[in-house]
Amino acid sequence: MSRRPGAGRTAAPRRPAEWLANPWGRPRFLALFSWLYIVWSIVPVLIAIQFSFNAGRSRSTWQGFSFRWYTSDPDLSVLHNPALRAAMSQSVKLALLTMLIATPLGVGLAIGLARWRGRTSTAGNLLMLFPLVTPELVLGSALFLVVVFLYTSIHLGTWAQLFGHVTFSISYVVIVVRGRLFAVGKEYEEAAMDLGASPREALRLVLLPMLAPAIFASLMIVFAISIDDFVISSFLAGGAESQTVPMLIYSSARAAPNPSLNAVATLMLLLSMAAIVLGIVMHRRLAGGGKEGAVESFARLEI
Amino acid sequence: MWPAFAAPGLIWLVLLFLVPFYAILSVAMGTLDPIFGAAVPEWNPLKWDASSFAEVMNSTTLQVFGRTCAYVAIAGTLSLLIGYPVAYFISRHGGRFRTMLLVLLIAPFWISYLMRMLAWVNLLQDDGYVNRALMFLQILDRPKSWLAGESLTVVLGLVYGYIPFLILPLYAALDRIDRRLLEAARDLGANPLKTFLRVTLPLSRQGMLAGSVIILLPMFGDYYTPDLLSGSPGNTMTGNQIAFYLQAPSGANRGAALVIFLSAAVSVLMIYYLITVARAAREAR
Repeated sequence: MSRRPGAGRTAAPRRPAEWLANPWGRPRFLALFSWLYIVWSIVPVLIAIQFSFNAGRSRSTWQGFSFRWYTSDPDLSVLHNPALRAAMSQSVKLALLTMLIATPLGVGLAIGLARWRGRTSTAGNLLMLFPLVTPELVLGSALFLVVVFLYTSIHLGTWAQLFGHVTFSISYVVIVVRGRLFAVGKEYEEAAMDLGASPREALRLVLLPMLAPAIFASLMIVFAISIDDFVISSFLAGGAESQTVPMLIYSSARAAPNPSLNAVATLMLLLSMAAIVLGIVMHRRLAGGGKEGAVESFARLEI
Repeated sequence: MWPAFAAPGLIWLVLLFLVPFYAILSVAMGTLDPIFGAAVPEWNPLKWDASSFAEVMNSTTLQVFGRTCAYVAIAGTLSLLIGYPVAYFISRHGGRFRTMLLVLLIAPFWISYLMRMLAWVNLLQDDGYVNRALMFLQILDRPKSWLAGESLTVVLGLVYGYIPFLILPLYAALDRIDRRLLEAARDLGANPLKTFLRVTLPLSRQGMLAGSVIILLPMFGDYYTPDLLSGSPGNTMTGNQIAFYLQAPSGANRGAALVIFLSAAVSVLMIYYLITVARAAREAR
């Protein structure tokens, strides 16, 4: 059989070998492999969610459907177990506070670094990038040691955890906002200033509204990152009241727990997902559509 | 005016990022209080004492570090081997499903790492689905305890945990390759395999390196994956040792020294990553 380029599309392949080797056919092996990967990636989590509705105590044998671990079990369900509720509220509290503190700091940093010319700005840029490249273990250890030995008035606990979360979140905000900042460019501000606005007014009335989708997206990203954070929370925890949901999962997973752990994890997952969906919806509304969807533009944000 | 905007963020980072790093150095180069046995940091660089490094660099530490390097190398290679075809498929042949595939690809980012590991702890139980499936397929005739000190479990756990962070940058890099280059290669007579080997692969090298570094750095500091997937001290990684040392007040010097050692070991990766991100940011400007 000749393999002239372009010959395959119109002539149907006849033998199985030719079907497999057809260079212009659809890549069936790659497709299968990719879908298998997606299944491998997502299905374990779906099974864990499924078992949160298990009627029995097992996390590996299905015993029927029930909301027991969410509401009805009198001691162990999420609704009735104070340890689980405390962990959830600690996680959410930290995430909300981090979101509210890190985003303004990050937006200011992004705008300042983008417009500031000079040596110090390059150093500032480098400083901003460092938390992104540092392994969390190193950052966690550093913060732990500094709280214990230097900033001793901040005791280990919720405040320390908050400071830690904000520290690593700022850089994410900067990256997200900066992408939008460069896409927007300086022209609108310059036009505003030509029309008589002061630089401050141009910033407030022109730039910040245009940055709104990125600011909102970074609020949601910081929320989701903070809710799932484990290492920093764990290193800076001070006692039972500063336990977050990831810490709870870590300490209970290998012991003989019951599906209430799955239930807590599922609830946190729903919260993260809600935040992300909200971020995407608001991004679309604030950015007014555009050429590509929010998902695709997020996929290109990193590096 | 602009410096004033950047100032709060920069001050925060200096106080809560740079100073803590100095604290690590000070504690590592510090001493032990003779009465309580607790670590005492030495803030004055002139009086730094490096004996903690000698204490912590014993054969166990080096053995654990060697094991860590092996785990990370294997997990990283596996991640690349699995992740590259997936990224390639989605970027080149995604078609109508592209957005949905991307959503499914990005989903693990928003699912807590620990929840994903919890899912596997459930599946790998003696009566979990993995054992049941393997026995059903008659690969095993007795349930195997996957969670009791199996290196395979830890390595696969690392792969599962970190591979999404590799695939996304790789996808972004592959997506950026100009389609016209591929068409030109085809026009010049290359079949798809040759086009891939001589055009796509070299152009994606930057993305592969970047994606690999993104996952290698956290993998070196991972301590929760071996803790969750293996109860045995025979699978510990350097991160476990650091966490162990830092739990006790007397171990802070050695813990800090080990942190510095680990940072030095991965500093090449960190500097490479830093340069790439800085360069990408400058190009976008």
